[in-house]
Amino acid sequence: MCTYLTEKIEVAGSGKGSAGWFALTEASVYFDHPQHAQAEHTLNIDFLNPARGPSARVAVELTAESARALAQAIEAALAAVPAGLT
Amino acid sequence: MRDALMAGTISISGHGGDEIEAYLAHPVGPGPFGSVVVIHHMPGYDEPTKEIARKFAAHGYAALMPNLYHREAPGASPDDAAATARARGGVPDERLTGDVGGAAAYLRAMDSSNGKVGVIGYCSGGRQSFLAACSLQLDAAVDCYGAFIVNPPPEGMPRTLQPIVGLAKDLSCPLLGLFGADDKYPAPAETAELARELTVLGKTHEFHTYDGAGHAFFAVNRPSYRVDAANDGWARIWDFYGRFLTS
Repeated sequence: MCTYLTEKIEVAGSGKGSAGWFALTEASVYFDHPQHAQAEHTLNIDFLNPARGPSARVAVELTAESARALAQAIEAALAAVPAGLT
Repeated sequence: MRDALMAGTISISGHGGDEIEAYLAHPVGPGPFGSVVVIHHMPGYDEPTKEIARKFAAHGYAALMPNLYHREAPGASPDDAAATARARGGVPDERLTGDVGGAAAYLRAMDSSNGKVGVIGYCSGGRQSFLAACSLQLDAAVDCYGAFIVNPPPEGMPRTLQPIVGLAKDLSCPLLGLFGADDKYPAPAETAELARELTVLGKTHEFHTYDGAGHAFFAVNRPSYRVDAANDGWARIWDFYGRFLTS
């Protein structure tokens, strides 16, 4: 089904899209039909800068298992950072 | 060449008189031809749905697919436009009806038209096909696995996706429903409920639910594709539109 359920957060950083690097201001996280991934539903993340228009988007579509592994890897990478750097 | 067709992007007048992009595919020749408004799925105005429009043209119908996300993202790629529209909660029902109405008017005004216009939609477009057929004067409608016609969506979904079975009394044309037995949205119990309601109302309808198929079994570029269901589904569509859209 088309879920439309979305977690939206503000982010600071940069992403590289079809027109090169741009500043990111938002990220949308949702589980829904993918555009390209070979699964009925995927965990999709859109890194966005809405002020620059709909094409300012870096998109990933991950299986649920891959997304959970990614979340753990992000936490592990941040946990391993020496104190004072984050 | 009796099988020649033309296809390309045009501009049509949609809801509220807005100029929106649309993909037109039609047989080459004087007609008269029946016509179909193709409602794209949630992933948008994409290549696979344009291919579906050309398939209708190859079978002798003029097909027109409005870009339902044109307002949110004019000129953007279909996937970026879909992401933007999705983030805003999808397409409001009133706007959908206006855009399909604009597409139907364009088709009826073509010199080659026989005056009959059908509608077909996939996934979210399945619900929208039913909505259009209950809101506009059309000649045949096909609902391919549209959810939330009878049952409300799970908690947290946009208010734009409320059940619309209450509109069934206004269904203006015969309805063909094509569903997967393994689909959860809509599950067979929901489509059976819709069939019961249409029967009570005396509305002409024909529903087929395919074993071994789930959601999006027509989508040839997705793992949900089920060749047996899709082949039989297309045969049902040609039979249905042949009866109600050709003169």
